Amino acid sequence: MTEAISTMSNCLKSFEKRLAGLPDQEASWLQALRTKARDRFRATGIPTTRHEEWRFTNLKPLEGVAFTPAGTEAAPPVEIPPFVSEDAHRLTVVNGRFSPEMSHLEGLPEGVVVKSLAAAITENPDEVSAHLGKYATDPDHAFLQLNTALFRDGAFVVVPRGKVVEKPIVLLSIATSGEEPYSAHPRNLIIAGEACQMTVVEAYVGATDSTYFLNPVTEIVLEQAAVVDHYRLQEESSEAFHLGVLQIHQARDSNFADHNLVFGGGISRVDFNAGLHGEGIECTLNGLTLARGSQLVDNHTFIHHAEPHCHSFEVYKTILDESSHGVFNGRILVAQKAQKTDAKQTNQNLLLSGKSTINTKPQLEIFADDVKCTHGATIGQLDANAIFYLRSRGIREEAARSILTRAFASYVLERIKVEALRQHVEDLLCERLPMGELVQGAL
Amino acid sequence: MLEIKNLHASADSTEILKGINLSVKPGEVHAIMGPNGSGKSTLAQVIAGREDFEVTQGQIHYLGKDLLEMAPEVRACEGIFLAFQYPVEIPGVGNTYFLRAAVNASRKYRGEPELDAMEFLKLVRAKVKLLKMDETLLKRPVNEGFSGGEKKRNEIFQMAVLSPKLAVLDETDSGLDIDALKTVANGVNVLRSPERAIILVTHYQRLLNYIVPDFVHVLHDGKIVKSGDKSLALELEEKGYSWLQEAVAS
Repeated sequence: MTEAISTMSNCLKSFEKRLAGLPDQEASWLQALRTKARDRFRATGIPTTRHEEWRFTNLKPLEGVAFTPAGTEAAPPVEIPPFVSEDAHRLTVVNGRFSPEMSHLEGLPEGVVVKSLAAAITENPDEVSAHLGKYATDPDHAFLQLNTALFRDGAFVVVPRGKVVEKPIVLLSIATSGEEPYSAHPRNLIIAGEACQMTVVEAYVGATDSTYFLNPVTEIVLEQAAVVDHYRLQEESSEAFHLGVLQIHQARDSNFADHNLVFGGGISRVDFNAGLHGEGIECTLNGLTLARGSQLVDNHTFIHHAEPHCHSFEVYKTILDESSHGVFNGRILVAQKAQKTDAKQTNQNLLLSGKSTINTKPQLEIFADDVKCTHGATIGQLDANAIFYLRSRGIREEAARSILTRAFASYVLERIKVEALRQHVEDLLCERLPMGELVQGAL
Repeated sequence: MLEIKNLHASADSTEILKGINLSVKPGEVHAIMGPNGSGKSTLAQVIAGREDFEVTQGQIHYLGKDLLEMAPEVRACEGIFLAFQYPVEIPGVGNTYFLRAAVNASRKYRGEPELDAMEFLKLVRAKVKLLKMDETLLKRPVNEGFSGGEKKRNEIFQMAVLSPKLAVLDETDSGLDIDALKTVANGVNVLRSPERAIILVTHYQRLLNYIVPDFVHVLHDGKIVKSGDKSLALELEEKGYSWLQEAVAS
């Protein structure tokens, strides 16, 4: 039910101000998309814990904050994080706006497109309109609809048929500090052509202690036999809200791997939705979350096996320290015709303190009868036997605990193929562990 | 080197060690034998400092210092090594990294400079050769996927690298076939020296054919009921533990 504006929270009011200004001076297909999204957002509003999908994730802190749109003036100077190598293909948005000065788009291989989405909407309207909003369509996901209604810019990436892009394509989102809380809604659309191969790194970094609402949505389409290795690094400010969606659409024989690396944010929730719409598809989701303080990190994943003979493999590891709160929901839907599905899901949670909590829920909906679907979840603390073993060799207790925590993360760390990113994630991990400098290179 | 006086220890308020007295000097090899449940493993773990056991009475002095006051990692740095009965698997932690961390922890404690990767590798390679072990062991995570024999060999290998003053081997022979037993025994014998003391906790006499002890003690119901030299082990082998139990009861 749509609320009267007078009863809306500050947050909703601030969005409503902008929504009321739609539609803008844009192509009619886009206007229609935005209008529909606006109406859906108005209908759903901000989810509360009474919504099943948000049962464990309390967004009340969001309500009291009024978010101004990120400014149109040039953003303050920012630094490119050191783990992004000089020569990587890089498109940077600052506070949701494309920044040509901070991007590096020279030397792209022939036929490969990496450009501002806003520019692509004007210059490549047919291609963009054929895909934008066609995959991320959940009418009840408030933050998906909010992004569709309000996004200004982001990245448009196309890798043509058969092309192998050697260097990673980095889509960098930087949120700066502002005098007032602001919101930014970057939108990315990535099209992987038939039998192409690429590596994409989406990195979300924010100024420490800055309060903002980052609402990113990325749609990735894999055509037949495309191979995409995707990394998502989240290092937002500890006062930030990071609420977004990653939507993957896979055609037959394609291979998608995601590495979801979460270290930041005050309240963070991303929905990872993968649609396996063809036979012979491989879909791998790896996740590593390290939360502390009073961070809340919610990872919701959804893998839809729509066709037979597909393989999905999900390993999510969460480390929770101090008073942090983790939420994991792993949904797998196997359609009736999806025979010979092989789906495996593992969620392991390490609680480093007596005050951290985790809510974990596997959600398997299986309608085919000739399938292999396994799932497992563990919640535990560091193994006391292992700690004693290390101490009996002279290693101090604190160091022993950190070594074992790093070992817990190693499954996901080892699988990061972009070396600079892997080292950076190892640094992030070790910085947050007592005597962490000892633990570098533990494997 | 090690003086244990009237040691009483419990786990979960059940008393396991009921007054142990033992004296070990450098260069000596002591075998501790006894039936299951006699407290052999408990004794080994209490010396190493396992906190699951509560020492309720008695003292342990090591090199003249109060051992019970020391945390497990301090005891290790002071030169005590426990070869575990059930070595722990630690996936995600490499053998080489682990050993180097252990070696450097001791060196730091003694005020010696730490070894860098190259120096450490040199040290380790020499020990691998000495013990006739397989170098691929170094590249694997600690004990992950190791067979029982491989885990026990890895314990002896660690002992060789860490060069302890007092080595306590907790049932290092159990679950091993003859070949593995010989390799492990060889590894221990190579490390025998006048400065080093070894305590062998074992259920079976068999190991003592290969590692010949200077002293044999029999543990029964938390106390040492008989001590002797290696011939005591042979007598036990012949007559069984029940003979001793009867002798003690009378």
